[in-house]
Amino acid sequence: MHGLINRAIQCYYRDTYGRDAWIGIVRELDLAFSGFEPMLHYPDEVSHAVINEIARVLDKPREGVLEDLGTYLVSHPNVEALRRLLRFGGVTFIEFLNSLDDLPGRARLAVEDLELPDLELREHGNRSYSLTLHCDGNGFGHVMAGVLRAMADDYGALVFLEHRGSGGAIETLDITVFETDFSEGRSFELGAEAS
Amino acid sequence: MQTALDTLCPMHVVLDDTGHIVHGGPTLSKVLDEPCIGKRFLEVFELKRPRAVQSMTDLREMSGITLHLRMRDATKTSLKGVMIPVASTGQFIINLSFGISVVEAVRNYALTSSDFAATDLAIEMLYLVEAKSAALEASRTLNQRLQGAMIAAEEQAFTDTLTGLKNRRALDHVLARLSEYRSPFSLMQLDLDFFKKVNDTMGHAAGDHVLLQVARILVEETRSDDTVARAGGDEFVLIFHNTWKAEQLAEIAARLIKRLEEPIPFGSQTCRISGSIGITCTSQYDTLNLGRIFEDVDIALYASKHAGRGRYTFYTDDLRDGDVLQGIQAVS
Repeated sequence: MHGLINRAIQCYYRDTYGRDAWIGIVRELDLAFSGFEPMLHYPDEVSHAVINEIARVLDKPREGVLEDLGTYLVSHPNVEALRRLLRFGGVTFIEFLNSLDDLPGRARLAVEDLELPDLELREHGNRSYSLTLHCDGNGFGHVMAGVLRAMADDYGALVFLEHRGSGGAIETLDITVFETDFSEGRSFELGAEAS
Repeated sequence: MQTALDTLCPMHVVLDDTGHIVHGGPTLSKVLDEPCIGKRFLEVFELKRPRAVQSMTDLREMSGITLHLRMRDATKTSLKGVMIPVASTGQFIINLSFGISVVEAVRNYALTSSDFAATDLAIEMLYLVEAKSAALEASRTLNQRLQGAMIAAEEQAFTDTLTGLKNRRALDHVLARLSEYRSPFSLMQLDLDFFKKVNDTMGHAAGDHVLLQVARILVEETRSDDTVARAGGDEFVLIFHNTWKAEQLAEIAARLIKRLEEPIPFGSQTCRISGSIGITCTSQYDTLNLGRIFEDVDIALYASKHAGRGRYTFYTDDLRDGDVLQGIQAVS
């Protein structure tokens, strides 16, 4: 799996539970390095082992860990850059949902070798949607559930979201948007602060 | 027509046949700090290229050509544009865009998605700029970490980069192991004689060449399980593991000096050096004390130098008493 994804897992755990907790995972799994490099690739088994170990240590289901990871990616100040990139998807949450099909393409524009699962949004009327993820049932749908919940908050939308489980290589999320301007949400200016 | 243009080209201006602005698109109006209606176009915008354009008469000829413009206000924002005449009304439409300065413009004018036409790639461009700088930042930190790791690796290296022999660090490591396991060994310290002269008169390239030849000789004259290290500049340390008879060590030392004294060709020149050696063995001591052993081997080495270089000396306590000629063997 791409280093950026592995790095995301690491940063989520480190920023939430502390550096020592992360070092604990490294030791327990006997990894040959103390942290993932965002621009390198790692075998999928390593990523899964890290997620499973985190779930074991936190005594949480794997799905819960993945969803927390998704929430972290949008809401933690350390990864503000990613939230901004996602917000470029649309001016409203509905527009953002409709931009999800482009997400893998957008990711590739940023980092050429970053492969994200294909996403497919279906509209069932009445602001109810389903998102299909072609992700080999690796749990990416749970990460996406966390991302979407946090993004709904970011846009100030009131949303009901449910992971419908995985069938073979496919995971499906049900999304119902009750209100698009339920709360103020977080501001987003096109022009980033000059850093 | 106007509403259509405002949606499709929110940055357009409409000029009358005298070059005065009669309408500005919504985004353009947002960008200009004062209303522009009624002003002459060339009063608000400076045409940078094509350079020949000075007046409305010139501008009329530029239909369909890429125009490079700059706002005359304090922001001096650069713009790209294209002009087309509207035959039916005698007016001109100029559509403008920020071009490459879109990132600054968005920041300076607090523009939002709705300020751009839905088909405009500006938003995608802003996305790309941010995505690329985030990716570049990740690459940059990786490079920095690799750089740091490389420096650390060099510091931890056990090899002398010039000669490929072991370095001082490796030597300390080997000695620490030997003393930990209380293994017997013999120690030879070799200083090159006349090396400084080679370096000074023939240059560093000659000096490096000599050091490489010395390293080759030392490796050839020792066994693979002995330790040969360059301890610094022209100082070498040889560790012979296990117990050796004094005669065997003397034989090795004599042979080393003999080979070091063979002329070393360097280009059209010839380098001549020799070596002074001090020797001691752990079997000489009741207790193993590395500090003491190195002190003694140093005393033996200086005795060799003192006696005229190009010779070896076994350490004996007599050397400390000033009887420096004791135990010194000249190699002839």
